Amino acid sequence: MLRDVANRLQQFLGFDPATFGYSWVVGAVVIGIAAVAAFVFIAIFAGPVTFWERRIAGRMMSRIGPNRVGPQGVLQWLADGIKCFLKEDLVPASADSGLFKFAPYLVFGGFMATFAVLPFGANLVAADLDVGLLYLLAITGLVVIGILMAGWASNNKWALFGGIRAAAQLVSYEIPSAFSLMSVVLAAGTMSMQGIIRQQGAWPWDWFVFRNPFLFAAFFLSLTASIAEGNRTPFDLPEGESELVAGYHVEYSGMRFLWFMFAEWGNLWVISSLATVCFLGGWQVPGVTPDEIAASTGLAFAGWQLASLFVFVAKASVLVAFVIQVRWTLPRLRVDQLMITCWKYLVPMALFCLAGVLVLLAAIDENGIADWALRGVSMAAGVFIAVAYIGKVRASYMADRDLYRRMEGKELWYPPYRLP
Amino acid sequence: MTDPIVSAMVFYALAAFTLVAAGFVALSGNIVHSAFALFATLFGVAGLYAYLSADLLAVVQMLVYVGGISVLVLFAVMLTSGLDGPLTSNPTFRLGGGIVLMLAVAAAAFVAATAVPSGVESAAVPTTAAIGDALLGAYVLPFEVVSVVLLAALVGAVTLARGYKGGHR
Repeated sequence: MLRDVANRLQQFLGFDPATFGYSWVVGAVVIGIAAVAAFVFIAIFAGPVTFWERRIAGRMMSRIGPNRVGPQGVLQWLADGIKCFLKEDLVPASADSGLFKFAPYLVFGGFMATFAVLPFGANLVAADLDVGLLYLLAITGLVVIGILMAGWASNNKWALFGGIRAAAQLVSYEIPSAFSLMSVVLAAGTMSMQGIIRQQGAWPWDWFVFRNPFLFAAFFLSLTASIAEGNRTPFDLPEGESELVAGYHVEYSGMRFLWFMFAEWGNLWVISSLATVCFLGGWQVPGVTPDEIAASTGLAFAGWQLASLFVFVAKASVLVAFVIQVRWTLPRLRVDQLMITCWKYLVPMALFCLAGVLVLLAAIDENGIADWALRGVSMAAGVFIAVAYIGKVRASYMADRDLYRRMEGKELWYPPYRLP
Repeated sequence: MTDPIVSAMVFYALAAFTLVAAGFVALSGNIVHSAFALFATLFGVAGLYAYLSADLLAVVQMLVYVGGISVLVLFAVMLTSGLDGPLTSNPTFRLGGGIVLMLAVAAAAFVAATAVPSGVESAAVPTTAAIGDALLGAYVLPFEVVSVVLLAALVGAVTLARGYKGGHR
């Protein structure tokens, strides 16, 4: 992206910026703008998504959810944020105060660092590293260390148990996550995020998820493993309220607590956009190739950037909604079930997928009859799952509506965009 | 982008960070603090690799040492010292022996650094693809042999962890 910006700047200025004596200043400014943009994006994503999540949760639990602050409660997240700003920043007397104060920043920093390689559109990426995917897997190590630090420094049994559970869970689930993403790397032949997207197409049959049955399975394995790495509910043992009060952040209050929450909700975006990049064709706009986007100039270039941004955000948002719904559908696992799920099921299945992808890569010609047959089978499976899923959601909704009408004699407070 | 002064500034900042963290590992009285400082040291080394444009090496350093080894070290430290572990778990500090050891290591490092011609002055290019080709091309046999060694280590670890007592389980 930097090179792109430099080229366009060169055209605009009429001279090569590389001959400019302080070109590192330009570089630093561009990097600064990219960092601020990522930060602002996360601020305006993590806030409203809490509202989104709570409304979905309310729906699924037959209650209302936040509806007091602002029209339909859409400003609830602002009120929560301001409340946390104004709260006292408590440090327990027996805590290790230096580490206690530092831990939230480490967690948040490790989470923010993923945005260095996460693309948003055709040229909207801070750094398209050759090792992008590996970097993404590696940088989560910071989050593990931060959580362990928070758990230990709180000097509290529950916090320490939460921290140790989180570390065990993240280290374990990194393995199926890495293996299922490695099958994508094999299929794409590159670890660069933009490279992986370019190897796919805009239409569903060109996406990696529908390339063959093994990649189709790898999509679900990787999504499951990343939900576990994000400590979301079927896997939220590190903060299991009924056992550990709130786990590793039980002693935190005010703004330091908010950093953990930022990372937790922002992680929704990381999970969803990672799956979008690796399996769902990323930002590819139907009807135009990445090369054509790169070759376009002026207003057309800006337009394609916006279109690709829109496609990417739309795909990722669907996944965000799905991940939120999973959270409010499944009960929490026990510790032993958590480890069994990872080591006895996910790891062997991910290895099997990896081997399957390897065999298919060696045995099958791209765009041959067998290739298209495999794509057809995968797409049929995908359509079947999607239809069954939507049908199930609709059936539950209808059953709820009929029951409510029979019991109360009036209509339920659906449709979803309006509340009483 | 490669102003020599800025480049040098970045290098000294990274080196200072790594050295201060390493000093903290050695001198801290609290073993958990040492473990966290070790994590910072390894992270700084990853930064130095990235500075030298060894991008794959930097990321692997982060994946293996920061994400794996440090977490294991922290686990071990936390599980052994317990929740209210000793605040001064590193009370002895032998200055004389330490200085001798430091000089010996510095001498060895000096010999090692001067014996081999220090790397070619090459442009900063991404190395991932080249390393991948080398590992699965020219050096595929050593690569596979190393993975057999790792497999043996895994089997050994499982055997030890199960506490083999003759029968099954």
